[in-house]
Amino acid sequence: MRSLIDIRDLSTQEIDELIKTACDIIENPEKYSEKCRGKKLATLFFEPSTRTRLSFEAAMYELGGNVLSVSSGSSSSAAKGESVADTAKTVSCYADIIAMRHPKEGAPFVAAANATIPVINAGDGGHNHPTQTLADLLTIYREKGGFNNLTIGFCGDLKFGRTVHSLISAMSRYTGIKIVLISPLELKLPSYIKKDVLKKNGIPYSQTTDLLSVMPELDILYMTRVQRERFFNEEDYLRLKDSYILDVKKLETAKPDLCVMHPLPRVNEISVAVDSDPRACYFKQVLNGKYMRMALILKLLEEAEK
Amino acid sequence: MNVDSIQNGIVIDHISAGNSMKLYELLDLDRLDCCVALIKNVTSRKMGKKDIIKIDADIHVNLDAIGYVDPEATVNVIKDGQLVEKKVIGTPQTLTNVLKCKNPRCITSCEQELDHIFRLSDSSAKIYRCIYCETKAK
Repeated sequence: MRSLIDIRDLSTQEIDELIKTACDIIENPEKYSEKCRGKKLATLFFEPSTRTRLSFEAAMYELGGNVLSVSSGSSSSAAKGESVADTAKTVSCYADIIAMRHPKEGAPFVAAANATIPVINAGDGGHNHPTQTLADLLTIYREKGGFNNLTIGFCGDLKFGRTVHSLISAMSRYTGIKIVLISPLELKLPSYIKKDVLKKNGIPYSQTTDLLSVMPELDILYMTRVQRERFFNEEDYLRLKDSYILDVKKLETAKPDLCVMHPLPRVNEISVAVDSDPRACYFKQVLNGKYMRMALILKLLEEAEK
Repeated sequence: MNVDSIQNGIVIDHISAGNSMKLYELLDLDRLDCCVALIKNVTSRKMGKKDIIKIDADIHVNLDAIGYVDPEATVNVIKDGQLVEKKVIGTPQTLTNVLKCKNPRCITSCEQELDHIFRLSDSSAKIYRCIYCETKAK
């Protein structure tokens, strides 16, 4: 049974096909409005989420399907101590596809190994969030017309930021990519990603703590939130949470066609005044996320039927 | 120093000098009731110095655990005082229940029935990662 646990589960060709499908959905929504008639998506969210869960549910409704939902761990059998494996087996009896978010890393992997229906990882702790990466990729494709020859700056929490890890991994497959890593020293990109992804694929990268100094060279600026839930120590969180705040003044030296992205939710890291700048693409990302989830649900259900 | 040869059991030979205690702990040899001899710093023509573990019982030993600690080690199976099988170990591709994932955010930290599985992700640096959360084995 094909599932999506890690963005690396998809080949570059499959990602290109998903983007093609998503673009076709955007152009011809009516063509897809009955594609999942009679199918049910179970959204199992054991960790708080607004946009990802709603995005999955909106995606399924727009495909003509239905949704079964668990919106917190405390309202499910997990609170009684049910294992992820048992939950996956049980839900397989009710639904046709699962989207799972879980605070523990690897939980969707365990679910996929035990379910008899496809499982989509909707975020597992600080580990993976492949559908956010698909949303990011569609945004880059629509804003930049492709993936090659781009300088991408990642700013903020690069240590625990799962969306950063996945997007770096996905972008490293393309040519002419340069990566600029902007973070406090305590939140640097883990060394294994530098070694296993960047160095292995020959992607040039630089590291800095100064956002302003690199702003003029960026085609894409990917901002991230310092996530309170990833810290064991509240003091560390408070010290680092406002390390980078993007405001209108900081954008003065940026390229006119810079694309500012953010997986959302934001706290302070992007000033609200930036929202009206045409270079702000983070709400487009949200919409693109829905289209890519539609394309993904379609693909996994079609493969499951085969 | 002389250690008696065994009649039926296992000899783990060609252990790099100093690694035998690690293997003793990883293989839970302290739980065995039979005779176990751990011989350190034995002179070896091939290795200079080596360690040897002799187990005086025909038990199952986890070859992956041995390969993880010392891929050059060999396992000799002795029956009726004769060498009946010599196993060359090598570096295992996966380790099942040899190591525990130390990441407190890993699903294995809260679901006790899950096997702890690590996969070799970098053979030259001998790095293993948890298959669930990708944390490096320590």
